This record gives sequence, C-alpha cells and structure tokens, in this order.
Amino acid sequence: MRKQYETVIGLEVHIELSTRTKIFCGCPTAFGGEPNTHTCPVCTGMPGSLPVLNRKVVEYALKAGLAMNCKIHTFCKFDRKNYFYPDNPQNYQISQLYLPICYDGYVSVDTAQGEKRIRIHEMHMEEDAGKLVHDPWTDSSLVDYNRSGVPLIEIVSEPDMRNAQEVIAYLEQLRIMAQYLGISDCRLEEGSMRADVNLSVREAGTESYGTRTEMKNLNSFKAIARAIEGETIRQIELLEEGKEVIQETRRWDDNKECSFPMRSKEDAKDYRYFPDPDLPPVVIDDAWIGRLKKEQPELREEKKKRFIREFSLSEYDARILTESRNMADLFEETAKICSQPKKAANWMTQDAMKLLKEAGKSPEEMKFSPDHLAALILVEEEQKITHKGAKEVFEQIFDHDEEPLAYIEAHHLSTVADTDVLEQIIEEVIREHPDSVAQYREGKEKVFGFFVGQVMKKMKGNADPAVTRELLREKLR
Amino acid sequence: MGEEYLTWTAGELARKIRKGEIRPSEAVEASLLQIERMEPQIGAFLQIDREGALARAEEVEQGIRSGKYQGPFAGVPAAVKDNICTKGMETTCASRILSGFYPPYDACAVEKLKEAGIIILGKTNMDEFAMGSTTETSARKVTKNPWNTGHVPGGSSGGSCAAVAADECFIALGSDTGGSIRQPSSFCGVTGIKPTYGTVSRYGLIAYASSLDQIGPIGKDVADCARMLSLLAGQDRRDSTSLKRETLDFEEDLAGDIRGMKVGIPKEYLDEGIDPEVRDALKKTMEILKERGASVEEFSLGMTEYVIPSYYIIASAEASSNLARFDGVKYGYRSPHADSLHEMYKMTRSEGFGTEVKRRIFLGSFVLSSGYYDAYYLKALKARAVIKEAFDRAFAAYDVLLGPAAPQTAPKIGESLSDPLQMYLGDLYTAAVNLAGLPAISVPCTVSKAGLPIGIQLIGDCLQEKKIIRAAAAFEKERGIFPKAYSGTKRGKI
Repeated sequence: MRKQYETVIGLEVHIELSTRTKIFCGCPTAFGGEPNTHTCPVCTGMPGSLPVLNRKVVEYALKAGLAMNCKIHTFCKFDRKNYFYPDNPQNYQISQLYLPICYDGYVSVDTAQGEKRIRIHEMHMEEDAGKLVHDPWTDSSLVDYNRSGVPLIEIVSEPDMRNAQEVIAYLEQLRIMAQYLGISDCRLEEGSMRADVNLSVREAGTESYGTRTEMKNLNSFKAIARAIEGETIRQIELLEEGKEVIQETRRWDDNKECSFPMRSKEDAKDYRYFPDPDLPPVVIDDAWIGRLKKEQPELREEKKKRFIREFSLSEYDARILTESRNMADLFEETAKICSQPKKAANWMTQDAMKLLKEAGKSPEEMKFSPDHLAALILVEEEQKITHKGAKEVFEQIFDHDEEPLAYIEAHHLSTVADTDVLEQIIEEVIREHPDSVAQYREGKEKVFGFFVGQVMKKMKGNADPAVTRELLREKLR
Repeated sequence: MGEEYLTWTAGELARKIRKGEIRPSEAVEASLLQIERMEPQIGAFLQIDREGALARAEEVEQGIRSGKYQGPFAGVPAAVKDNICTKGMETTCASRILSGFYPPYDACAVEKLKEAGIIILGKTNMDEFAMGSTTETSARKVTKNPWNTGHVPGGSSGGSCAAVAADECFIALGSDTGGSIRQPSSFCGVTGIKPTYGTVSRYGLIAYASSLDQIGPIGKDVADCARMLSLLAGQDRRDSTSLKRETLDFEEDLAGDIRGMKVGIPKEYLDEGIDPEVRDALKKTMEILKERGASVEEFSLGMTEYVIPSYYIIASAEASSNLARFDGVKYGYRSPHADSLHEMYKMTRSEGFGTEVKRRIFLGSFVLSSGYYDAYYLKALKARAVIKEAFDRAFAAYDVLLGPAAPQTAPKIGESLSDPLQMYLGDLYTAAVNLAGLPAISVPCTVSKAGLPIGIQLIGDCLQEKKIIRAAAAFEKERGIFPKAYSGTKRGKI
C-alpha cells in the first residue's frame, strides 16, 4: 500500500513596487516604453556612476513589513549579490542579505480548515534586472535596461503551506495587501509579482523536512497550482521507487506541464555577497515607523470583519467585497449614502462582478460614483423602476457613470403607476383574452400570472407591479 | 610667455590672468609647448585635447571678463587622471578593457573644474584601474619620473604627478585609494592631498575600492592644493557617501602658524624597512616643525601590522565586484574571438585586464567566497575598525601625525613588478589613512643623494584638513623653494 505523504511548501515572492522612480536613480519605473529609454548612467552600470537610495522604496517596504506583522531592522544595509548575466548591467545586484529591512512576521489566510498563519521569514529590498530580447532572425540577443533598477521587495515565507490552495490563498492575500497599501499592482502576467516555489514531500506525521526543490518560471496562479501538483507527484514517485530527491532549481514549463532541472546544489552559484560600500546603512527611526503606522490604511482582514459587524453582511459577501480596496470603498460609500448595505453588496458581488468578468477587468479598475448607485438603489426601493430596468441602469452606471434618474427619464424606464393608463391597458387585455377571463372567473388562479405578463408586455415591463395586480384583481372580479 | 612661467604656481598664473597680464590661451599654448617638449621623455599623458583646450581658453577668457569665472584658478591649464570621467573625452583607467569609452557625463570633480574656468589639457597615465604603485601596470605606456627618467613616477596617479613635476600643467587631479596621490607626489617632488573620505564626490570616479577611493589635488605647492581642495569639496546628491562639510576655507591656515600644535610621529614609521635618507628627511621635518613652535614627539601608534593585509583584502574584495561591469556587453573592449556568452565574458576579461588587475580580482573573489568570507573579509573589516581606533587614540593626544609617504625614493623602472608583495608593503604609511578615512598631505622635503625627491606625509583626524594644511604650510615656508625636477644640467636641454 502507498504511504500517505504531506507536501511542504515555502514561497519566495518578488513584488515590484510602484514608486514613480527607480530604487537607485531618478529614471521612471513606468512599464513599457521604447527599449533603453527609461535609463541613465546609474541603471545601465556606466563606469563611475553611483547608486542613491530612493527613500520611497524604504517607505513602501516598511508599509509591507508592518502589514505582515514583521519586526524591523532599524539599522539595515544593502549587500551586493555578484553574478554575471547581461540583464544585470553591473554584474552584481544590489540586494539585502545580512540585515534585511523586515523579518519574523506572518500573514493570515483563509483555508479550507479556517484561518491559517503563514509565517514570514524575512523581507528585503532589491533592484530588478533588465530584460534580454532574443532575436532568432539575426541570432543575436539585445538587452533592454528599462526595468533595470525598478524596486522590488522579496518576501520569503517559512515552509508553512501544504497544498496549492493555501499557496494561492497566500499569494492572493499578498496581492490584496499590496493593493490596499498602494505599493504595487501585483500582476503575475506582467511580472510585477513573481513567485518561486520551494517544495518537498514527507511521510504524513513526520517532523523533519524532505529534500526540497525550487521551481521558477511560474507566470500565473494556474501555472503555480499545476506546478505544485506536478512536482508533488514527481517527488512522491521518486520516493516510492526508493530514489532520492535531489536538491536543485527546476524550471516549470507550463505548456509541457512538467519541470526541468536548471542547476543542482553542487553547481549552485556562490554570490559572494558583501555590504555595498556605495550605500551607507539605512537608519529607520521610531518616528518614521510611528508615522507609517498611523498612516497605515485599514487592511483587508480588519475591513472584512468590520463589514460583517457594521453592515450585517455575510462572511461570503464581506470576503468578495474586500478582495479589492476599490470595490470595498465603492460599496461602503454607496451603503452609507443609501443606508441599504445589503442591496449595495448585492449589486457589487453579483452584478458588478459579472460585468467585470465579461469585460475582463479587475475590481480595481471599476470606476463610478457611489452617489449614482445609491440613487438607483433608492429608486428601486420606491418601486419606481423594475429590477430589470434597474439592471439596465446599473450597466450604464458601471460603463459610463450615468446619472440614473436622468437616464430613467430619458429612456422611459420609470414604472407606470398611473391608474388611468393601466386601467385602459387592462381593459384591452381582458377584451383580447375572453377565454382566460372565463377560466380565471371559474377559479383558475394560475391564469392571473398570465394577465400580469400580458400587461407588462404591453407596458414594455414598466408597469408598476403592485398597482397592476391591484387593478387586475378589481377588473377581473 | 617666457621660460619663467614654468616656475609659477597655479595661483600665481591665475593672478596674472586676472590682472590681464597673460591670456588663458597663452597659458594653454605654453603648457602645450611644454608637453611637446617633455612628453617624449616623460609620457605622463594618455591623451591631449589640444583643440578643445585652446577653444576652451577663449571661452574662459570671455567668462573671466564677464565675471562668470572669479575663482582662484580661472584660466589655469590642468590635467585629469584617466579614471575620472570627462564628457566626450576618452576615459580608460589606462586599461585595454575601457578602450574607446567616451563617457556621456563629467565626474562631479570635473564639473567643478569646468565651473571654475579651469582648462583641461588631457588625461594622465596611471596604474591600470589605479592598481599599482609605479604607473607601470598601465596597459598604455610607461611614465617616467621627471627627476630621472630611469625611475618610475610612483603610482597610481603617476601621470598626474609627473605632469605637474614636468610643468606640463599647473595642477592636476589624482585619486588615492591606498596612497595613490601621496606616494607619487613624494616620488615626483610635488604636493598632493588625500581628503577625508566623503569630502570630494566620487560621482564619475571609476571605482577601484569604493570605501577607500578619494579624489584629491596634486599641485606645485601647499596653497595650490589647499585652494583646489576648497574648490573640489562639497556634498553631491549623486554620491551617498559624500559629506556635508562647512565651507572649506584654508586661507588663514596657509599662514602656517603652528605655535602650540602637537605633532606625533609613530615609532613604527621609523622602524627598519625605511630608507635612512627618508628617516633623515623625517628628522629634518621634525626640527623644522619644532622651530615653528610645534611640539613633536614619538609615540607608538600600534596595529600597523594589520594595515597591509586588511587593505589588500578590502580593496581587492571591492574591486572584484566593482570591475565586474567590464564584460564586453555595454562599452569598451569586447573580444572578437568569442562565440558564446560565457566565452565572451572570459575572453573579453582575459584579454582586457592586465596581470595586476587580474591578481586583485582573483584575490578579492577569493576572500568573498563562501567559506572564506568570515576568515578574510570580515576579519579585515574588524582589523580596519581596530586601526581606526588606534588613530582615534593618537588624535586624542596629537593634532597631526608625521610620517613618510613611502619607505624609499622612486624605484627604477622594471624593479617593482617582479615582487608584488614587496610593492604592496610600500603602502604601509599611506594605506592606513584610507582605511581610517583620514585626510593627509604629502609635501616635498628634500632630494636624495641620487637626485630623487623625498616627501613627507602629514596625517590629520577626520575633517581636520585645516590642521594638516597649516602644518604643511609652516613646513613649506621653512623648507624654502623646492628645486625643479629638471633643474641643473637637464634644464639647459629643455
């Protein structure tokens, strides 16, 4: 019989910070741009150029560290990681090894078994590398240094995750955190968030860890999930066959759905780290930390709990609403204006989410004024519009931030509660369907719905349902 | 302009230019003429920007008239060491690997020269990447000592010192990582200052060892160097290690009043290994300083045995990383023989760097390797801290320390490179100053029996340039006019 195995996973996550300028020079960090246009002597490693630390990067890193409940090295340093590669113009990367800015923290994630803490081993600041462009036509490689020097934080977790769901929940939580803090947009596909997976397996119930491998080149949550599954199976099969797992770095190929060895521990590079003599140590004083703590926005978990408490929302609604700070803010403002939190939540979690999915957009991109949605909710509440009509109006608010009342007026979407108009229509319907009238009068209550439908059809759905029912009952009696 | 101009200091020349007695273009022409005469024998320059300098002289003349250039050296022709970036002028560190590198920017120090109306004549030879003590590790040419062309000028700023000594320029920029301004100044009979670490921006100085490198002036006398240092100093936002300092004004110090000044001379600096003539020069200096009212005494500095090992470990470690960027990808030399990335790296660097540079890259890579880092690099950092403490103790008791700039006079060409260890040991008196970040000045003292100059070194506590300049000015006044490199029989030929 096969043994029971447990997968043990730790993550190294790189997040590109959205500071306006690079970490060690004044070049813009903007994505795209013609090759080598966002560059200067510093980020292209010209002789005699020197790095100067962008204080905003330290501030962003501190915000992330505080959000992850980390301890802070108030005296921290930058180190050089030496290795040769053309995307790295100095042939060393300025990073932090000996005294990283943050350490010993945790992130809470929702798992199938409830809330779980993933411990953070350390978090440090470093610079990104440029990009190599291989041209198969000329059989040459070109290098673009636009990304060289874009600030990164690297978050190293403890091996606290046990399956792909937990890994994805953790990454989602980091993404949401970064977005709440406004420090990164964390897009895996654009490379502004990158994750390397360290994975080992062990027999269930054992304490010690198995030999781990590190997997790189994971460009989507789906790829990460597949890679974890694939690597788990590969390692278990090795162990079942009595073979050993080799400590190595592997490259995941998502098309082939398997990983290939890149380098083993034996030929692991010696990066010859040492303190960068060009950069004085960073001293972080209590006042700075205090100010950042004060400025720290309400984070996802707190917001979720508060929404449940304050607005009597379900756990499910609160979770979806808080997945994006923008959505949470839109919801909260709408709810406050119209005092209808449940309705506001429904519009967000159902209609808005559906429209976002159709448009292929993220909740962060949603942009309309909460006044408009609040007005729509109130109009529907007063039954001045049908739910169907309201949906049409919501689409307009969602797409163009339309003012709902004007739109309803212009498109005749207001429900008709005018008894004169309705009576006339009802009389018409009764004339046109003598058989049904007879059936109704014989006691076939079911036919009533048919009459409502006919009136609505003639009114193009804008008849006030309550008034229609009342008048119908009267006329059919 | 006649021969007499050769004896003028940069300050004197500038004064005559201000008064309208001499035009900057005349000064440049005279320098170029002298370069033409001397270069075949000396070889101080790697590059001479004749047209650029003459055109600049015209602009500067206008600028002086309009009041744009009012500094103490406006219109003065100067030379710049080849590891300091000059916009549009080839900058190679005397290395093959940087051949064809034309920086798109000026070093901060060069900007300051230009803003002051100083005219750059060209770039001077040096040991490759400033690694060496003789200027012989240059991949480009051998520079000869103007006092005796059979001898080296010292290094690594040998080209700048030789150019000043040969009157090819009035003042020059050098850089000093372990003595590279002070030792060749001593060998060439000129004056040079290594400022407190952080005083002059390193922006645009091609790094050898970042935590030790400082740019400094090399000139004909203490006053020229002091005023040039005032001009070069200043915090630069492009160099995070540069310091905010009070405006450096040395005018009152140049009067040389050292009454009551306490001068200490480390016993270890007089020990064996030092040439008796250099020891005599130090004794002479002690007497002069006493005559001027200072007290001088010997004391034990301590920790001197750690200087050379820790200097070579730290400097090489930093160099191994600083020089990694020279890989053939972006600028400078690329081996034409390679057909894969790693071959390109290997061949470019094998062909592009000289022996001494490779030796230090190997050494530096080794001391940073995992398993050796603690035993070498980290230990060297600790030794550095201990050396700094020894200086702190010394400066609690003394205002200024006196020592040699080198254990002997300039060696013969070809003598040093065969025994690099011996060459490294010659840095004992200078390298400690860099490890501790201190300012020091090298001033010519006397001429040896063999006709080679001997300089002495005055070391100050951090930020105490004023004290060493005051002591140096006092000494210089008492010493009197120092002979010219090519005085006597040689002068007639020039």
